[in-house]
Amino acid sequence: MPDDVAAFDEMNIAGGGVRPAYETLAHWLKSVPEGLLETRAREAEALFRRIGITFAVYGDAESTERLIPFDVVPRVLTYAEWATLSGGLTQRVKAINAFLNDVYGRREILRAGIVPEDLVYRNPAFRPEMNQQPVPHGIYVMIAGIDIVRVDGDTFYVLEDNARTPSGVSYMLENREVMFRLFPELFAQHRVAPVENYTDDLLATLKSVAPISASADPTCVLLTPGQFNSAYYEHTFLADKLGVELVEGRDLFVKGDIVYMRTTQGPKRVDVIYRRLDDEFLDPLTFRPDSALGVPGLISAYHHGNVTLANAVGTGVADDKAVYSYMPEIVKFYLGEEPILKNVPTFRCREADGLGYVLDNLKDLVVKEVHGSGGYGMLIGPKATSAEIEIFRQKLKKDPENFIAQPTLALSTCPTLVEEGVAPRHVDLRPFVLTGRDKVRIVPGGLTRVALKQGSLVVNSSQGGGTKDTWVLDC
Amino acid sequence: MLSRTADNLFWLARYVERAEYLARIIEASTRLANLPSAYAGSSNEWESAVATAGCAPLFYQNYDKATRETVIDFLAFSPDNPSSIRSCFEVARTNARSVRTALTMDMWDAINSAWLDLGKYRASNLKQDEQLGGFLSFVKETGLRFDGSAYRTMLRSDGYWFSRLGVMIERADNTARILDVKYHVLLPDAEHIGGSLDYFQWSAILRAVSALTAYHWVYKESLKPWLVADLLILNDQMPRSLAACYESLVRNLDSLSLAYGRQGPAQRAARAIRTKLENARIDDVFQSGLHEFVSDFIADNNRLGAAITQQYLT
Repeated sequence: MPDDVAAFDEMNIAGGGVRPAYETLAHWLKSVPEGLLETRAREAEALFRRIGITFAVYGDAESTERLIPFDVVPRVLTYAEWATLSGGLTQRVKAINAFLNDVYGRREILRAGIVPEDLVYRNPAFRPEMNQQPVPHGIYVMIAGIDIVRVDGDTFYVLEDNARTPSGVSYMLENREVMFRLFPELFAQHRVAPVENYTDDLLATLKSVAPISASADPTCVLLTPGQFNSAYYEHTFLADKLGVELVEGRDLFVKGDIVYMRTTQGPKRVDVIYRRLDDEFLDPLTFRPDSALGVPGLISAYHHGNVTLANAVGTGVADDKAVYSYMPEIVKFYLGEEPILKNVPTFRCREADGLGYVLDNLKDLVVKEVHGSGGYGMLIGPKATSAEIEIFRQKLKKDPENFIAQPTLALSTCPTLVEEGVAPRHVDLRPFVLTGRDKVRIVPGGLTRVALKQGSLVVNSSQGGGTKDTWVLDC
Repeated sequence: MLSRTADNLFWLARYVERAEYLARIIEASTRLANLPSAYAGSSNEWESAVATAGCAPLFYQNYDKATRETVIDFLAFSPDNPSSIRSCFEVARTNARSVRTALTMDMWDAINSAWLDLGKYRASNLKQDEQLGGFLSFVKETGLRFDGSAYRTMLRSDGYWFSRLGVMIERADNTARILDVKYHVLLPDAEHIGGSLDYFQWSAILRAVSALTAYHWVYKESLKPWLVADLLILNDQMPRSLAACYESLVRNLDSLSLAYGRQGPAQRAARAIRTKLENARIDDVFQSGLHEFVSDFIADNNRLGAAITQQYLT
């Protein structure tokens, strides 16, 4: 992102003054003794390392376990801002669930021509195995992590709908813990809405979606690919806080279309699986036969309604970047409402007009693969060399359907502790939306990711971004 | 609990215990090797260390000769030796990571810090006995810290019992092997049993298991081989003795069977071995051969390990 694009600063008002939500924090930042923030930052890092809150970076031979940099300056949202966000998120996830029920069921939105059929059918995340297979209670996405960016005082855009297996919630919770320990005085001065009840909410959500045949106290487990997965820390953290078993595929088996786990007291029936394993690894009998991570027969048990998978199989079709571009229409189609949260304006390279515009304006646009994630395989036009732009031009011409493009957004900035002191850095926000049979639950806040390099817009942890605590203030 | 979790706890405890034992073996061998030449045996202390650790064949695939350097490298650091201290710590940490939810913070911290600190030590930096001593203390302290953390912080439920079973099966095996050192360290022909070299060898064994003072308190006599064996095999006051390990194994298996409401082959096997130890008399043990007794015990102990695995851990 070029530094010349004026970004909205969440703390400072252009031309002087501080936005009301940040008044106490700004005052405190001015008055802290020299070096205190740096000391606390080092303490925070030591705490994170000691607790072992690590993140594995694929292809990084030198350090398979790395800390995500933690910034000690919190990001502040007002309760009013949060109320809007929370309403918009609830609406969005309702629409996503309706969409998934529809594309694996009656397909009205396709027949109505709102979303092109081939976008769904030819989507690699679309699972034909789920056609006409109802899921328990009609809920596909129990756990969503929706990425939000802010461009001015009033405008939040949804950047991505992560409807598969979003991660990062452990950082939201650990960041708050660490802040409590390091800055008790700040909490005394602010009324920060709590997020600690997230794990209770998650457990309630998971229990609420148990199969109808399950007992009154259903058995939930968390299924992990194992300790080499990049989010393994989070899996152990959540299992611990939920008080459920952290299982690997080999701990489960299926007999008579019922799922059991192997315990020291013999087989125990499992009702709900919060799986942090991608669709194609879940069951070698249905998906990849070479996968040793999954459970043979799991999908059959699922189709017999004997176990709930959270999230359901095939949800990826909703967080595909090409489908994303239709989300405003999807919200209107199912809910008959105007979307509360906007989409980033998106050009679809699959459409001739879109492709033409994108090819003519590559240097101003961010181009993304429709199925990409983690900040890989994208072009940031204003930052790219002309050679890189040419390479992407060829890629686009060769396979336009694989790409969408968006204008480079002036992502808002928040004060962040960096080498030269406290300076504005670009941020995004990932709140976590829980959908149960009874209701939608969202704890006020989320994971704020921050690009630590000056001017950088890439906040992904796999690309060296950091995180900070997110405060929703009762003010 | 998940069988895999129980299995990991069991082996985690075993590997930490084994690392400590290897440190003790190296310590005893250093002591024997440092005897003044007037007492010196056939200078085969380092060979006996490898034999005692139960990994002689693998050792001689990798090295020609057992010397201080090669044995310390092999027993402490070699990644090619699946039972080196380094390998033990590595497997322990891998196991710990995969069952973090079943460990207390203190236990995780003990094993994770040990793994991180191990990187500071290299075989090449342990040429002086003083430096070696520092390293061996670090390994033994890791064992103490891990064991102590488990003792002080774990819920008294199945996870704790499985982890104690791991400790005790491994410890019984190790004590038996340490006793067998005397079988492997042959006295030179000119030396007679009960002579000064014999004496030093027995005292090195007692020191290796931190039992020299205990010996004097219990027997109030100068070192006698059959009394050392009595202390380490039959005396249930001695926490490393085979009898004490089996007291604990039976007790922890009973706790499990009580909690789970049923018992099986593991409980029966443990009781049978305990009874054998209760009925044994040290004179008879020596009569029929200490080495034979110890070998039988090691085989029994392995069978109990297999029974526990069969009953609970698969």
